[in-house]
Amino acid sequence: MSKLSHLARLEAESIHIFREVVAECERPVMLYSIGKDSSVMLHLAIKAFFPGRLPFPLLHIDTTWKFREMIAFRDETARRMGLDLIVHINREGVEQGINPFTHGAVHTDIMKTQALKQALDLHGFDAAFGGARRDEEKSRAKERVVSIRSAQHRWDPKRQRPELWRLYNTRIAKGESLRVFPLSNWTELDIWQYIHQEHIPIVPLYFAAMRPVVERDGTLIMVDDERMPLHPGERPQLRRVRFRTLGCYPLTGAIPSEAATLSQIIEEMLSARTSERQGRVIDRDAGASMEQKKQEGYF
Amino acid sequence: MNAELNSRGALELWLEGQARKDLLRFITCGSVDDGKSTLIGRLLFESRMLFDDQLAALESDSKKLGTQGDALDFALLVDGLAAEREQGITIDVAYRFFTTEHRKFIVADTPGHEQYTRNMVTGASTADLAIILVDAQKGVLTQTRRHSYLVSLLGIRRVVLAVNKMDLAGYSAEIFADVERAYRQFAVQIGLQDVVAIPLSALRGENVVEAAASMPWYHGPTLLAHLEQVPVGQPGTEEAFRLPVQRVNRPNPEFRGFSGLIASGSVRVGERLRVLPSGLASRVQRIVTADGDLALAVAGQSVTLTLEDEIDVSRGDLITAGDAPPLLGDRCTATLVWMGEEPMLPGRRYLLKCGTRTLSAAVSALQYRIDVNTLEHQAADRLALNEIGAVVLSLDQQLAFDPYTRNRDTGGFILIDRISNQTVGAGLLQAALHHEAELHWQTLDVDRKARAAQKHQKPCVLWFTGLSGAGKSTIANLVEKKLYGSGCHTYLLDGDNVRHGLNSDLGYADEDRVENIRRVSEVAKLMFDAGLIVLVSFISPFRAERELARSLFAAGEFIEIFVDTTLEEAERRDPKGLYRKARAGQLRNFTGIDSPYEAPQSPELHIDTSGASAEQSADTIILHLRRAGIIERDWVFLP
Repeated sequence: MSKLSHLARLEAESIHIFREVVAECERPVMLYSIGKDSSVMLHLAIKAFFPGRLPFPLLHIDTTWKFREMIAFRDETARRMGLDLIVHINREGVEQGINPFTHGAVHTDIMKTQALKQALDLHGFDAAFGGARRDEEKSRAKERVVSIRSAQHRWDPKRQRPELWRLYNTRIAKGESLRVFPLSNWTELDIWQYIHQEHIPIVPLYFAAMRPVVERDGTLIMVDDERMPLHPGERPQLRRVRFRTLGCYPLTGAIPSEAATLSQIIEEMLSARTSERQGRVIDRDAGASMEQKKQEGYF
Repeated sequence: MNAELNSRGALELWLEGQARKDLLRFITCGSVDDGKSTLIGRLLFESRMLFDDQLAALESDSKKLGTQGDALDFALLVDGLAAEREQGITIDVAYRFFTTEHRKFIVADTPGHEQYTRNMVTGASTADLAIILVDAQKGVLTQTRRHSYLVSLLGIRRVVLAVNKMDLAGYSAEIFADVERAYRQFAVQIGLQDVVAIPLSALRGENVVEAAASMPWYHGPTLLAHLEQVPVGQPGTEEAFRLPVQRVNRPNPEFRGFSGLIASGSVRVGERLRVLPSGLASRVQRIVTADGDLALAVAGQSVTLTLEDEIDVSRGDLITAGDAPPLLGDRCTATLVWMGEEPMLPGRRYLLKCGTRTLSAAVSALQYRIDVNTLEHQAADRLALNEIGAVVLSLDQQLAFDPYTRNRDTGGFILIDRISNQTVGAGLLQAALHHEAELHWQTLDVDRKARAAQKHQKPCVLWFTGLSGAGKSTIANLVEKKLYGSGCHTYLLDGDNVRHGLNSDLGYADEDRVENIRRVSEVAKLMFDAGLIVLVSFISPFRAERELARSLFAAGEFIEIFVDTTLEEAERRDPKGLYRKARAGQLRNFTGIDSPYEAPQSPELHIDTSGASAEQSADTIILHLRRAGIIERDWVFLP
């Protein structure tokens, strides 16, 4: 009994982070991206405040290009758990007809990064929980648990504060805000093991099924709705695929897989030879691209 | 079907095994170019934590930016920020994760560059073990000593001395033995007992994961084998129970729980607990978690406690075992690591966060600065970025804490600048000063009060400070005579006299002056405890030392008397002919001439000797003592 498992220690640490930030900040919010990390984060937040209710709302930045199954899962989760869910869409971007096909990285900036800033400013949130993990990417490995953003939501590596022991400095000047990462020390495998151990519901897209896909530049893109323009001669094929990460469907690569259960996903992961970020189209720029995006305010 | 069941059963077993794995957090430290990043990259690579796309990126990066020709440059795996890549050094703390069959690991990669002590201390604060890298050809360097000292300071007891680049040292057993011997000699001095030395080449992967054929004379474990088997005690389960309260959870009028992460010890339903600083006691009613109530909870768990009695508990309080109270006080001693760009100045107020408590604090005395290279104590009036000092903290409220060496979570603190909100310092608490600390002292039957009562007086310290020749000793002598004549029990500590005996080993350099005053303060404290009115007549030129002396006493017990005269006047009087010698260059470090005098900013008494005789000045002091209730009206004859 006296020996806590690795997962038990991670869980306790995340709960501690939630409680610290809620105790010290005025208007926290949780960024809910509907993915597996968000599912785990939500599960931990509910544990942190049990038997009380979740003391902050959830915010989903809807780019309008998410998989339909994600939106259905989001609304079902919010209804079932009685969550205070805010959905924000950058209306200007929609009016300008911004889309991932013709605008690529601009789409991510306007519909995701700018939309996030709009929503945070609109509601005056001073702290936003996010599901990022340090094992995801090189510049994330240096990210603090509590990370400060300027009034313009910019991340300055030089202004990040030293974090010692379990002491988090949440003090900010007017206009500044915090990004808080309760899952900082979790790895992808920890996430899956925890989902398995705690029976946490996740979007069915993570499980292999027959889905209509086209192959572009070596990436399998699912044709989720009729807005997807097909190239001449291109025809969606039904293939057994699943997703390791979820985002905008035109920007998220599927992998061929037979893993239809949680156990099979974990088994597949253990023998996987590519990292989960490979499925994200926006990461494949120059080496330091994630750091640049972070400086601009990408979560 | 059967086969699938079997494999599913095997997976379940595997998952259970995973759940039982424990966790080792370690840091790697070494000088620039010792190969830290290469070593971590190698560990990630060899423990198969790299995916194909990461390897592909590494291959292309190695060609573009690498320093290893066509070979993979593992350092590029961990040097994350673009600025660092260009400079080729790691300038921040990066956390890495890997898993083996036996254990999970979190690695803090901390920089070796001189100006980044801050980052190393940050990485070390959560580590159970440290890998100290040494270049076999360079041996133990100043930086090696510095890193080891910081490791020891932050309470890490287990050290691996990784003697790297053995390939460049001809795989020589003698070179390895020399480095190991030199290191062990130093390590013992700073209290690092548990040192395991391993010869390796991170670049070639020798003795990292696989035993190296090139060093047949080495029979110990490889680095990874050692990391997998070194014992990691679950921290703090055997210590006294401590729970810093994060939040009061009050979803409805029937439920009032106190949430927090158990910093040390364990707690059971029905156990008696005490809440500090209020001191209120109660018993545990329930240990609530979302997974159901627990009968027992241990260090490292996040729980919510409810208590049997409705007592006042709020965020920042410390819930503790009823029979093992922590220290409590508003003045305490600590070691402080400065992390701010602006220097730390004694007297300036900062926010101090310890556990879940945030309060206002000032360094009331900087006792000395520690040179991290030589471990020498130096006189200082400030701490600059990356400097470390021994300090006395003065807090605006009572703080319940433990010595850092016993409990990192209830003994470590950060200081936050009130204007910039930056984290500017990290500290390790040691002891509470004053009566608060006496909570744990054996109650002595004859105490200060009893001794003072026997003498029918209120003990205090009269601290005379001023330039040489200002008239301190003359006035102090007169005051003592008057007190003695009225039946008071006194003692006069005079600078010149003490320097002939107790402090005959000290000179006049800044650090000697600091030590001079420290000893005299302690002697004054002992005499004060004996119930005496103590008169101290010392130049005591530095404000910080006088504050240190003051910090040993409660308000009203320490009376600072500034015997003020101009330098010209003191030099004109020159009763001992010292100014003349100093001007002639025969005396060095003479206060007022080539050593500064920092005048008191708010002394209890300011005596200007240019306008009053010594007799008049002495009467002014007696009058003050009477008004302050130190001596009773009738005892002293006044003009």
